[in-house]
Amino acid sequence: MNVYALIFYATAALITAATVLAITRRRAVHSVLFLVISFLGSAMLFYLLGSPFLAALQVIIYAGAIMVLFLFVVMMLKAEHGEENKFPWRFWGPGLLVGFLFFAAICVAVFSDPSGPVPLNLAMVTPKEFGRFVFEQYWLSVEIISLLLLLGLLAAIHLGKERGRVEEGQG
Amino acid sequence: MIVPYGHVLSLAGIIFCLGLVCVVARRNLIMILIGVEIMLNGAAIAFMGSGLLWQRLEGQAFVLFILGIAATEVSVGLALVLHAYRRSGSVDPDTYNVLKG
Repeated sequence: MNVYALIFYATAALITAATVLAITRRRAVHSVLFLVISFLGSAMLFYLLGSPFLAALQVIIYAGAIMVLFLFVVMMLKAEHGEENKFPWRFWGPGLLVGFLFFAAICVAVFSDPSGPVPLNLAMVTPKEFGRFVFEQYWLSVEIISLLLLLGLLAAIHLGKERGRVEEGQG
Repeated sequence: MIVPYGHVLSLAGIIFCLGLVCVVARRNLIMILIGVEIMLNGAAIAFMGSGLLWQRLEGQAFVLFILGIAATEVSVGLALVLHAYRRSGSVDPDTYNVLKG
Protein backbone atom coordinates (compact mmCIF):
# COMPACT_ATOMS: atom_id res chain seq x y z
CA MET A 1 0.00 0.00 0.00
CA ASN A 2 1.60 3.22 -1.11
CA VAL A 3 1.09 6.72 0.21
CA TYR A 4 -1.68 7.55 -2.30
CA ALA A 5 -3.74 4.59 -1.14
CA LEU A 6 -3.25 5.71 2.46
CA ILE A 7 -4.45 9.22 1.58
CA PHE A 8 -7.44 7.77 -0.27
CA TYR A 9 -8.57 5.52 2.57
CA ALA A 10 -8.05 8.22 5.20
CA THR A 11 -10.05 10.70 3.11
CA ALA A 12 -12.77 8.12 2.46
CA ALA A 13 -13.09 7.41 6.19
CA LEU A 14 -13.25 11.15 6.91
CA ILE A 15 -15.95 11.76 4.28
CA THR A 16 -18.06 8.81 5.42
CA ALA A 17 -17.82 9.70 9.11
CA ALA A 18 -18.63 13.36 8.50
CA THR A 19 -21.61 12.46 6.30
CA VAL A 20 -23.00 9.98 8.86
CA LEU A 21 -22.69 12.63 11.57
CA ALA A 22 -24.32 15.19 9.28
CA ILE A 23 -27.41 13.14 8.53
CA THR A 24 -28.01 12.14 12.16
CA ARG A 25 -27.71 15.54 13.87
CA ARG A 26 -30.92 16.92 15.26
CA ARG A 27 -30.14 20.58 14.59
CA ALA A 28 -29.75 21.65 10.99
CA VAL A 29 -26.86 24.01 11.79
CA HIS A 30 -24.76 21.15 13.13
CA SER A 31 -25.41 18.98 10.12
CA VAL A 32 -24.52 21.83 7.75
CA LEU A 33 -21.20 22.27 9.56
CA PHE A 34 -20.44 18.54 9.37
CA LEU A 35 -21.35 18.64 5.70
CA VAL A 36 -18.74 21.35 5.13
CA ILE A 37 -16.13 18.90 6.48
CA SER A 38 -17.48 16.20 4.18
CA PHE A 39 -17.24 18.45 1.10
CA LEU A 40 -13.72 19.56 2.00
CA GLY A 41 -12.84 15.86 2.14
CA SER A 42 -14.33 15.35 -1.32
CA ALA A 43 -12.21 18.26 -2.54
CA MET A 44 -9.12 16.42 -1.28
CA LEU A 45 -10.35 13.33 -3.10
CA PHE A 46 -10.76 15.29 -6.34
CA TYR A 47 -7.21 16.57 -5.95
CA LEU A 48 -5.99 13.00 -5.48
CA LEU A 49 -7.95 11.79 -8.50
CA GLY A 50 -6.23 14.28 -10.74
CA SER A 51 -8.08 17.57 -10.95
CA PRO A 52 -6.84 20.46 -8.79
CA PHE A 53 -9.19 22.83 -10.64
CA LEU A 54 -12.30 20.89 -9.66
CA ALA A 55 -10.96 20.58 -6.11
CA ALA A 56 -10.77 24.37 -5.91
CA LEU A 57 -14.26 24.68 -7.39
CA GLN A 58 -15.56 22.16 -4.86
CA VAL A 59 -14.14 24.22 -2.00
CA ILE A 60 -15.41 27.53 -3.40
CA ILE A 61 -18.86 26.49 -4.62
CA TYR A 62 -19.92 23.54 -2.47
CA ALA A 63 -18.18 24.15 0.84
CA GLY A 64 -18.28 27.90 0.44
CA ALA A 65 -21.31 29.20 -1.40
CA ILE A 66 -23.90 26.43 -1.11
CA MET A 67 -23.27 25.65 2.55
CA VAL A 68 -23.30 29.34 3.48
CA LEU A 69 -26.65 29.63 1.68
CA PHE A 70 -27.94 26.74 3.79
CA LEU A 71 -26.67 28.43 6.95
CA PHE A 72 -28.40 31.70 6.06
CA VAL A 73 -31.71 29.97 5.42
CA VAL A 74 -31.47 27.93 8.62
CA MET A 75 -30.86 31.15 10.53
CA MET A 76 -33.79 32.89 8.79
CA LEU A 77 -36.22 30.08 9.58
CA LYS A 78 -35.61 30.04 13.35
CA ALA A 79 -37.52 26.77 13.13
CA GLU A 80 -35.75 24.58 15.67
CA HIS A 81 -39.08 23.62 17.20
CA GLY A 82 -37.68 20.34 18.45
CA GLU A 83 -39.78 18.62 15.86
CA GLU A 84 -37.41 15.66 15.78
CA ASN A 85 -37.02 15.14 19.48
CA LYS A 86 -36.90 11.40 19.49
CA PHE A 87 -35.35 8.92 17.11
CA PRO A 88 -38.53 7.82 15.34
CA TRP A 89 -38.13 4.30 14.01
CA ARG A 90 -41.27 4.98 12.02
CA PHE A 91 -39.11 7.12 9.73
CA TRP A 92 -35.63 5.68 10.23
CA GLY A 93 -36.70 2.06 9.74
CA PRO A 94 -37.83 2.46 6.11
CA GLY A 95 -34.95 4.85 5.43
CA LEU A 96 -32.32 2.42 6.62
CA LEU A 97 -34.05 -0.44 4.79
CA VAL A 98 -34.07 1.47 1.50
CA GLY A 99 -30.48 2.56 1.97
CA PHE A 100 -29.30 -0.96 2.79
CA LEU A 101 -31.10 -2.51 -0.20
CA PHE A 102 -29.71 0.12 -2.52
CA PHE A 103 -26.21 -0.35 -1.09
CA ALA A 104 -26.47 -4.13 -1.59
CA ALA A 105 -27.46 -3.57 -5.22
CA ILE A 106 -24.50 -1.21 -5.72
CA CYS A 107 -22.13 -3.74 -4.13
CA VAL A 108 -23.34 -6.51 -6.46
CA ALA A 109 -22.94 -4.20 -9.46
CA VAL A 110 -19.45 -3.04 -8.44
CA PHE A 111 -17.99 -6.41 -7.52
CA SER A 112 -19.34 -8.21 -10.57
CA ASP A 113 -17.81 -5.50 -12.78
CA PRO A 114 -14.73 -6.85 -14.62
CA SER A 115 -13.01 -3.45 -14.45
CA GLY A 116 -13.50 -3.27 -10.69
CA PRO A 117 -10.06 -4.55 -9.61
CA VAL A 118 -8.21 -2.47 -12.22
CA PRO A 119 -5.88 -0.11 -10.35
CA LEU A 120 -6.22 3.58 -11.14
CA ASN A 121 -3.14 5.32 -12.50
CA LEU A 122 -2.04 8.73 -11.36
CA ALA A 123 -2.83 11.53 -13.77
CA MET A 124 -3.35 15.24 -13.59
CA VAL A 125 -5.08 17.67 -15.89
CA THR A 126 -4.20 21.33 -15.81
CA PRO A 127 -6.99 23.93 -15.75
CA LYS A 128 -5.90 25.10 -19.21
CA GLU A 129 -6.38 21.70 -20.85
CA PHE A 130 -9.63 21.21 -18.97
CA GLY A 131 -11.03 24.56 -20.06
CA ARG A 132 -10.01 23.95 -23.67
CA PHE A 133 -11.70 20.56 -23.60
CA VAL A 134 -14.93 21.82 -22.04
CA PHE A 135 -15.30 24.82 -24.31
CA GLU A 136 -14.42 22.92 -27.47
CA GLN A 137 -16.32 19.66 -26.95
CA TYR A 138 -19.11 20.62 -24.58
CA TRP A 139 -19.81 24.27 -25.37
CA LEU A 140 -23.51 23.55 -25.84
CA SER A 141 -23.76 22.01 -22.38
CA VAL A 142 -21.98 25.03 -20.93
CA GLU A 143 -24.57 27.28 -22.55
CA ILE A 144 -27.40 25.12 -21.22
CA ILE A 145 -25.94 25.22 -17.71
CA SER A 146 -25.60 29.00 -17.88
CA LEU A 147 -29.23 29.28 -19.00
CA LEU A 148 -30.21 26.98 -16.12
CA LEU A 149 -28.35 29.17 -13.65
CA LEU A 150 -30.12 32.25 -15.02
CA LEU A 151 -33.50 30.55 -14.64
CA GLY A 152 -32.60 29.48 -11.10
CA LEU A 153 -31.74 33.08 -10.28
CA LEU A 154 -35.08 34.31 -11.64
CA ALA A 155 -37.01 31.62 -9.78
CA ALA A 156 -35.21 32.36 -6.52
CA ILE A 157 -35.93 36.09 -6.85
CA HIS A 158 -39.57 35.48 -7.70
CA LEU A 159 -40.20 32.95 -4.93
CA GLY A 160 -38.21 34.81 -2.33
CA LYS A 161 -40.11 38.08 -2.62
CA GLU A 162 -42.14 39.15 0.36
CA ARG A 163 -45.87 39.07 -0.28
CA GLY A 164 -46.52 42.72 0.63
CA ARG A 165 -43.71 43.97 -1.53
CA VAL A 166 -45.11 42.18 -4.57
CA GLU A 167 -48.51 43.80 -4.19
CA GLU A 168 -46.88 47.13 -3.59
CA GLY A 169 -44.88 46.73 -6.79
CA GLN A 170 -47.93 45.70 -8.78
CA GLY A 171 -50.14 48.40 -7.39
CA MET B 1 -1.31 3.85 -9.01
CA ILE B 2 -3.77 4.77 -6.31
CA VAL B 3 -6.44 2.18 -5.44
CA PRO B 4 -8.60 -0.28 -7.38
CA TYR B 5 -11.46 1.31 -9.30
CA GLY B 6 -14.04 -0.67 -7.33
CA HIS B 7 -13.06 1.03 -4.09
CA VAL B 8 -13.77 4.49 -5.53
CA LEU B 9 -17.13 3.26 -6.80
CA SER B 10 -17.89 1.70 -3.40
CA LEU B 11 -17.14 5.00 -1.68
CA ALA B 12 -19.43 6.79 -4.13
CA GLY B 13 -22.14 4.20 -3.45
CA ILE B 14 -21.82 4.61 0.32
CA ILE B 15 -22.10 8.41 0.04
CA PHE B 16 -25.09 8.10 -2.30
CA CYS B 17 -26.89 5.68 0.06
CA LEU B 18 -26.27 7.97 3.04
CA GLY B 19 -27.90 10.80 1.10
CA LEU B 20 -30.81 8.51 0.22
CA VAL B 21 -31.32 7.57 3.88
CA CYS B 22 -31.27 11.27 4.77
CA VAL B 23 -33.92 12.08 2.16
CA VAL B 24 -36.22 9.23 3.23
CA ALA B 25 -35.82 9.39 7.00
CA ARG B 26 -35.62 13.04 7.97
CA ARG B 27 -38.79 15.09 8.52
CA ASN B 28 -37.35 18.51 7.76
CA LEU B 29 -37.23 20.18 4.35
CA ILE B 30 -33.73 21.55 4.95
CA MET B 31 -32.42 18.07 5.75
CA ILE B 32 -34.09 16.66 2.64
CA LEU B 33 -32.27 19.23 0.48
CA ILE B 34 -29.03 18.34 2.28
CA GLY B 35 -29.65 14.69 1.41
CA VAL B 36 -30.00 15.58 -2.27
CA GLU B 37 -26.70 17.46 -2.07
CA ILE B 38 -25.00 14.40 -0.56
CA MET B 39 -26.36 12.21 -3.37
CA LEU B 40 -25.05 14.63 -6.02
CA ASN B 41 -21.67 14.57 -4.30
CA GLY B 42 -21.58 10.77 -4.47
CA ALA B 43 -22.34 10.91 -8.19
CA ALA B 44 -19.52 13.40 -8.68
CA ILE B 45 -17.05 11.07 -6.95
CA ALA B 46 -18.13 8.21 -9.24
CA PHE B 47 -17.62 10.43 -12.31
CA MET B 48 -14.13 11.43 -11.15
CA GLY B 49 -13.10 7.79 -10.63
CA SER B 50 -14.45 6.74 -14.01
CA GLY B 51 -12.71 9.61 -15.77
CA LEU B 52 -9.44 8.55 -14.19
CA LEU B 53 -9.94 4.90 -15.10
CA TRP B 54 -10.39 5.57 -18.82
CA GLN B 55 -8.08 8.60 -18.80
CA ARG B 56 -10.74 10.75 -20.44
CA LEU B 57 -11.79 14.27 -19.59
CA GLU B 58 -15.53 13.66 -19.94
CA GLY B 59 -15.84 12.55 -16.32
CA GLN B 60 -14.40 15.81 -15.04
CA ALA B 61 -16.56 17.84 -17.44
CA PHE B 62 -19.64 16.17 -15.96
CA VAL B 63 -18.44 16.95 -12.44
CA LEU B 64 -18.37 20.60 -13.52
CA PHE B 65 -21.95 20.34 -14.79
CA ILE B 66 -23.02 18.62 -11.56
CA LEU B 67 -21.63 21.61 -9.66
CA GLY B 68 -23.77 23.98 -11.73
CA ILE B 69 -26.88 21.85 -11.35
CA ALA B 70 -26.37 21.53 -7.60
CA ALA B 71 -26.05 25.30 -7.23
CA THR B 72 -29.27 25.89 -9.20
CA GLU B 73 -31.15 23.17 -7.35
CA VAL B 74 -30.14 24.52 -3.96
CA SER B 75 -31.08 28.12 -4.75
CA VAL B 76 -34.51 27.22 -6.13
CA GLY B 77 -35.10 24.63 -3.40
CA LEU B 78 -34.24 26.98 -0.58
CA ALA B 79 -36.42 29.71 -2.09
CA LEU B 80 -39.30 27.19 -2.17
CA VAL B 81 -38.62 26.22 1.45
CA LEU B 82 -38.74 29.88 2.49
CA HIS B 83 -41.96 30.37 0.53
CA ALA B 84 -43.59 27.34 2.17
CA TYR B 85 -42.36 28.43 5.60
CA ARG B 86 -43.96 31.86 5.20
CA ARG B 87 -47.28 30.24 4.29
CA SER B 88 -47.47 27.50 6.89
CA GLY B 89 -44.97 28.46 9.57
CA SER B 90 -43.29 25.08 9.55
CA VAL B 91 -40.63 23.15 7.66
CA ASP B 92 -42.15 19.76 8.42
CA PRO B 93 -43.37 18.26 5.13
CA ASP B 94 -46.19 16.46 6.96
CA THR B 95 -47.92 19.77 7.64
CA TYR B 96 -48.40 20.62 3.97
CA ASN B 97 -51.75 18.94 3.59
CA VAL B 98 -53.94 21.83 2.45
CA LEU B 99 -54.47 22.53 -1.23
CA LYS B 100 -55.33 26.19 -1.37
CA GLY B 101 -54.25 28.82 -3.85
